[in-house]
Amino acid sequence: MNKEFVKFDKVDKSYDGKILVVKDLQLDIEEGEFVTMLGPSGSGKTTCLMMLAGFETPTHGEIYLDGKAISSIPPHKRGIGMVFQNYALFPHMTVYENLAFPLRVRKIPKDEADKKIDKALSMVSLQGFAQRMPGQLSGGQQQRVAVARSLVFDPQLVLMDEPLGALDKNLRESMQYEIKHIHESIGVTVVYVTHDQSEALTMSNRIAVFNDGKVQQLSSPDELYEKPVNSFVAEFIGENNTFAGEVSDISGGKCKVKLANAEILANPISVKGKGEKTTVSLRPERALINPSDKMDNVHNGKIEEVIYHGDHTRVRINLLGNSEFILKVPNSSSNLDIKLGNEIKIGWNSEDARALDPK
Amino acid sequence: MSSETQKILTTDGIPLEVSLKKAERRNKIKAFLLVAPLLLFLIITYVFPIGDMLMRSVDDKMVTEMLPKTFKAMEKWDGKELPEEEVFEAFYLDFRQLVDEKREGKLSTQLNYTKNGFKSIIKKLRRKSKNFEEGNYKEQIMAVHKRWADVEYWKAIKRRAPAYTSQKYLKGMDMFKNENGEIVSVSEDRRIHRILWLRTLEIAFFVTLFCFLMAYPIAHLLATLPMKYSNLLMICVLLPFWTSLLVRTASWMILLQQQGVVNDFFVGIGLVADDARPEMMYNKTGTYVAMTQILLPFMVLPLYSVMKTISPSLMRAGKSLGGTPIVAFWKVYFPLTIPGIGAGCLLCFILAIGYYITPALVGGASGTLISNQIAFHMKSTLDWSFASAMGLMLLAGVLAIYWVYNKLVGIDNIKLG
Repeated sequence: MNKEFVKFDKVDKSYDGKILVVKDLQLDIEEGEFVTMLGPSGSGKTTCLMMLAGFETPTHGEIYLDGKAISSIPPHKRGIGMVFQNYALFPHMTVYENLAFPLRVRKIPKDEADKKIDKALSMVSLQGFAQRMPGQLSGGQQQRVAVARSLVFDPQLVLMDEPLGALDKNLRESMQYEIKHIHESIGVTVVYVTHDQSEALTMSNRIAVFNDGKVQQLSSPDELYEKPVNSFVAEFIGENNTFAGEVSDISGGKCKVKLANAEILANPISVKGKGEKTTVSLRPERALINPSDKMDNVHNGKIEEVIYHGDHTRVRINLLGNSEFILKVPNSSSNLDIKLGNEIKIGWNSEDARALDPK
Repeated sequence: MSSETQKILTTDGIPLEVSLKKAERRNKIKAFLLVAPLLLFLIITYVFPIGDMLMRSVDDKMVTEMLPKTFKAMEKWDGKELPEEEVFEAFYLDFRQLVDEKREGKLSTQLNYTKNGFKSIIKKLRRKSKNFEEGNYKEQIMAVHKRWADVEYWKAIKRRAPAYTSQKYLKGMDMFKNENGEIVSVSEDRRIHRILWLRTLEIAFFVTLFCFLMAYPIAHLLATLPMKYSNLLMICVLLPFWTSLLVRTASWMILLQQQGVVNDFFVGIGLVADDARPEMMYNKTGTYVAMTQILLPFMVLPLYSVMKTISPSLMRAGKSLGGTPIVAFWKVYFPLTIPGIGAGCLLCFILAIGYYITPALVGGASGTLISNQIAFHMKSTLDWSFASAMGLMLLAGVLAIYWVYNKLVGIDNIKLG
């Protein structure tokens, strides 16, 4: 497999000559991979996708597709499938004609094209819809047609620009699995853009978290969640408890962080020496109430709010001066002593408390 | 089924339908009162005048009323040989009456429309008839002028007997009913109206075409430019709307005349010799140039409103699927603009077909349209019924175009804004 199937090489992009929307982007995508570009709006992720598709030109740098520089190739010669945010189905053509469009412009004979269209439609389980107009389909069905159309001409690379943004929650989730399965079964390379982190975590092999025109972290979903490299990623992906403080000691893969009126042990990730300011990040599920195991951080906190969520209870605790400290407690009988105003012990391992850059 | 279902009553025992009607009556009255002023206005200014035009265009009562006894007497006449004394006597009595009322001039004008040569013989008859003796009017009238003894003139009078006539419509098509009641075309050298109709259609067609060719790129630009530029451009498109039509036409006259700005420029850069300045107005060229400029906004606006709704991602989708920009435009973008094209073309064509001021000012002899002919008959010949007939023919033409368009494209496909 080609490790550098898609390669962004030192790519800059500016629309107005004043602000860089994409800054010095360096990104390699492996053949057959599902890579998601995740980030808040305005972070440059869609711009990257549009540069890859050919609708925007990089201000500086070069993009390579399968080893070839593509900046000078117009979009229609790149052979990249694309699914647009609002589907962009041709409203005056039937589903069949929509799917036939890329085949017709490639002058593929009709009987062969018909086979490909049948195959693509069955892939998204829309057989029998060929003669419908897009306007007669539901949002989910239109979405599937758009996916089928982007795949029908067997592109090596498919780009998806927030394709599920317009669907309701349940449909979105089932479409996530469907797209994931299609990707797995045909092995096409997918670059997917979204601002929905759960979507990114569900579908991707690797996720590139964008912020401020830069890739903050590029790694697999579990690594991204468990081992964020900076406080933006920690904050953006999943829930996160933070303590702001100053490193008072660092030795043996651990560091002491001095808070306003306490000291905690943490795992030094982006701090190097004493006196540095830091934000310590801890996932809610890594902290336990009344820990039975030996944990190197155990502190007392006062329960300020209890919110029932069905399968778990969210507990907001005032801990070490942080009144926004969240715990997720599974609803099992041993945890029924959680009451508003109670004083409880909370413990976690210093390994899970990551000392990152200050916010 | 429905008749068998029980009537639903409200809690007070009133049938639901009655109660509903009562509840909604107030709203209906309110809605009607809001519409009423406009409705009244339309009836007074639109329905009534068109009805009046229709009546006027087929109305031929004038002669019928002037010669009541004559036409009564003519009922028995077979229309082949000269009529009997009875008809002559009736005609004499009617004529005397008209002379007393000083209306014989109108009669001569009217009869002259039907057949040339009535004017002089009626004048003569008026003079001579003062001294007519009682009885044997046939001989006396025939003695006035030899045309009074010609059966063709009496046939011409009889043709004016009906109170309604299609003659004006036939005239508009350069046709007439001959002495035997057959509809025939006038001789070739007198077919001015057909030429005018064809020229009107031709000019309207080409003006629409030019407008379309120019408006399409403008509208596309307007729809795709960022707001701050497109607003400025929009003002440029609308600016002509805020300028008087006369002023715009007059400025074209300044530009296009032989000693005008454009010609001076051509001579200045040496494109044409000073003594060979091309004529760019008082002919079709002038009409084309000025009308295209004036009707352009009517094409731009519907196109713009349709293009505005076409998502730019559709063109991108077309390109990303492998279509060259031209294929993507032709297969994806263009078909989606058809409702706008239809609306714009229909609007331009219908406006152009009835255009008056501009061709009148810059059209000269070869660039005038049917509407100028209508105006000519309204103002100069005062043949209002003919003007009405041509106006209605124009209206029928427009409705026919509308009908054809509906059949071809579907009127619900139209989008004006």
